[in-house]
Amino acid sequence: MSRTIVIDPVTRIEGHAKITIYLNDEGNVRDARFHVTQYRGFEKFCEGRPYTEMPALTARTCGICPISHLMAASKACDAILAVRIPDTAVKLRKIVNLAQIIQSHALSFFHLSSPDLLLGMDAPIEQRNILGLAASHPEMAREGIWLRKFGQQIIEKIAGKRIHPAWTVPGGVSAPLAPETREWILSQLPEGIRIIQRVLEWYKSAYGQFADEIEYFANFPSLFMGLVNEDDSLEHYDGALRVVDDRRRIIADRIPSADYQDYISEYVEPDSYLKSPFYKMMGYPEGIYRVGPLARLNCAERTGAPLSAVELFAFRKLSKGAVLSSFHYHYARLIEILFGFERIEQLLNESDILSEHVRAHAGPNREEGVGISEAPRGMLLHHYKVDRNGLITWANLIIATGHNNLAMNRGIAQAAKHYVKGDKIKEGALNRVEAVIRCYDPCLSCSTHAFGEMPMRVQLIGPEGTLLDEKIRTI
Amino acid sequence: MSTPSRVITLTLDDREVGAHTDQTILEVARENGIVIPTLCHLEGLLPIGACRICLVEVVGSNKLLPACATKVTDGMRVITQSERLTRYRRRVVEFLFASGNHICAVCVSNHHCELQDMAVYTGMSHLTEPYRYPKLRVDASHERFVQDDNRCILCQRCVRVCAEIEGAHTWDVMGRGIEARVITDLNQPWGESDTCTSCSKCVQVCPTGALSIKGMAAAEMKKRKHFLAQYWTLKEEES
Ligand code: SF4
Ligand code: SF4
Ligand code: FES
Repeated sequence: MSRTIVIDPVTRIEGHAKITIYLNDEGNVRDARFHVTQYRGFEKFCEGRPYTEMPALTARTCGICPISHLMAASKACDAILAVRIPDTAVKLRKIVNLAQIIQSHALSFFHLSSPDLLLGMDAPIEQRNILGLAASHPEMAREGIWLRKFGQQIIEKIAGKRIHPAWTVPGGVSAPLAPETREWILSQLPEGIRIIQRVLEWYKSAYGQFADEIEYFANFPSLFMGLVNEDDSLEHYDGALRVVDDRRRIIADRIPSADYQDYISEYVEPDSYLKSPFYKMMGYPEGIYRVGPLARLNCAERTGAPLSAVELFAFRKLSKGAVLSSFHYHYARLIEILFGFERIEQLLNESDILSEHVRAHAGPNREEGVGISEAPRGMLLHHYKVDRNGLITWANLIIATGHNNLAMNRGIAQAAKHYVKGDKIKEGALNRVEAVIRCYDPCLSCSTHAFGEMPMRVQLIGPEGTLLDEKIRTI
Repeated sequence: MSTPSRVITLTLDDREVGAHTDQTILEVARENGIVIPTLCHLEGLLPIGACRICLVEVVGSNKLLPACATKVTDGMRVITQSERLTRYRRRVVEFLFASGNHICAVCVSNHHCELQDMAVYTGMSHLTEPYRYPKLRVDASHERFVQDDNRCILCQRCVRVCAEIEGAHTWDVMGRGIEARVITDLNQPWGESDTCTSCSKCVQVCPTGALSIKGMAAAEMKKRKHFLAQYWTLKEEES
């Protein structure tokens, strides 16, 4: 008779979820699943609304990364307008998108994950948070907070309100860049670069201690999917889709956004509201792929900026093919923060960045539009259909956490098999299973609406369905 | 022939003021710097007393009267601010929110909306009635404008400006009570209206996001109503 361990909900990830670990008769882990239990039905909600509302409306699906939804939604709307938006608008959107990635990665790394890394996976739960980090590593905590704030300030200064700005609109952006804002961001960038380079040095010196976690944290072959530029460099806003395999061989490339359905299919599992997309050519579940920072670095040939290029070179040495351990999502995030700063600097130095021509005007010229951009957690896809008056008749959103769903399941099963033993759950083991999920930094508020730390329920169910052990912790 | 206007006196909140008999309570109050909130009323259009935000107490009358549509009389004693009025006005705003679908954060008129302003003015921070969530229509058939019943408060400014100023009378009201809706022509899609001249006056006077210019994203719609004052100044000069 098999037994089930339920971890519900996972602490320190954004949203509301539950982990179930299935034990076999011998008390060993047979399988593990990650469930998302709430559904907000946004796609239905959008029907009948003017397409021009989609950026603001879909930004509401997520209180954590509204900017990413604004980007994908605006791009889908641009496709409906069938216009080429002004170059300056593209550049400004890129800057804001990168600032969002920087602030989100800083939150993920410093606030949510670095307590595990710096204080250890077995440290008391009360200390494994940003406050514990501030007590033991004040410099690191302060710098993490600085990085996040800087990302947020860039967004606020360019796009106005930090959360849900109405600045990105179909056809471009609603206001040009102010010269003072450009000066200010440029003046702060060197400090950001200095900080992230130091953190990278620390990470490289420290990850050796986590050999075990690197080995068992969702370390398995899979496909990777991400956007790349025409010159194969790292891209977060535009570009075309690329799919690479575990040996970094390109198996599909230059896929235009509008053709995504030829390559991705979606499977809805009965126990989760999260859709499970897979790579169509390989079927379900073999076509499992990962998106996000790790996937992007595995997909791109180069970063396109000097300092991050050096870091990418070091990163490549981790593995002959693609870097497979999800533990290194952390590493990839740090490299992307550095890249973000470099790229923002490049964009701010473009000659037309202060141009006032930032918006194209048009009506709905096409009845369908797809917008893909890279959110902090990975590819975000918006696909709309409109009637001839521009009212939404159908919408499909695939969020990054959805793309990673199958990979997360496989990852926690792998970690649980290694760390969970017997019918009592040790704190350290539990935390490692959760930490796998945190590697992916899943943003579940797209389907739920919670932020930060929550109570966690751990249930251990015996052979006849009896409760053997239960832990409830409130942080 | 209307009777010629006479000069009279009345009291507004304990202040004795002079006025003409052809003036409304609202006009006299405004002349004397007394604020009475309004929503359906718009200077330059005929008052219809549709929204009941401007209700005032008149001593001797057991009914509350709309200041925008009630003429002053000699010796009238008007109370424009009281606890009872505050309560009523807040309820009116509450009902307006409850009877439509107002999701301000995604609305074209967010931050530039008279209904929103009125919620702030009356201190309506939440609803005591449940939302109705009615299923309402969006008409985006017009080439340049969008009409969204979800945000309509039936103030009929569109109806009036179209009939009284533009002279097209494209808009009207169909149905009664909670079922009432504004329609174009004989309830045809706006884009197929024979009478609409696409002048955009209705859009500009609409106090909410119910009428907007096509293509505007959240919070982008700012209404420009100054044309009404200009229109009447010109008219006066002409005569
Ligand atoms: S019209 Fe728009 S801004 Fe005004 S109250 Fe309604 S939803 Fe809010
Ligand atoms: S559409 Fe606007 S102007 Fe017309 S009745 Fe509704 S709220 Fe008033
Ligand atoms: S303003 Fe007087 S009834 Fe609406």
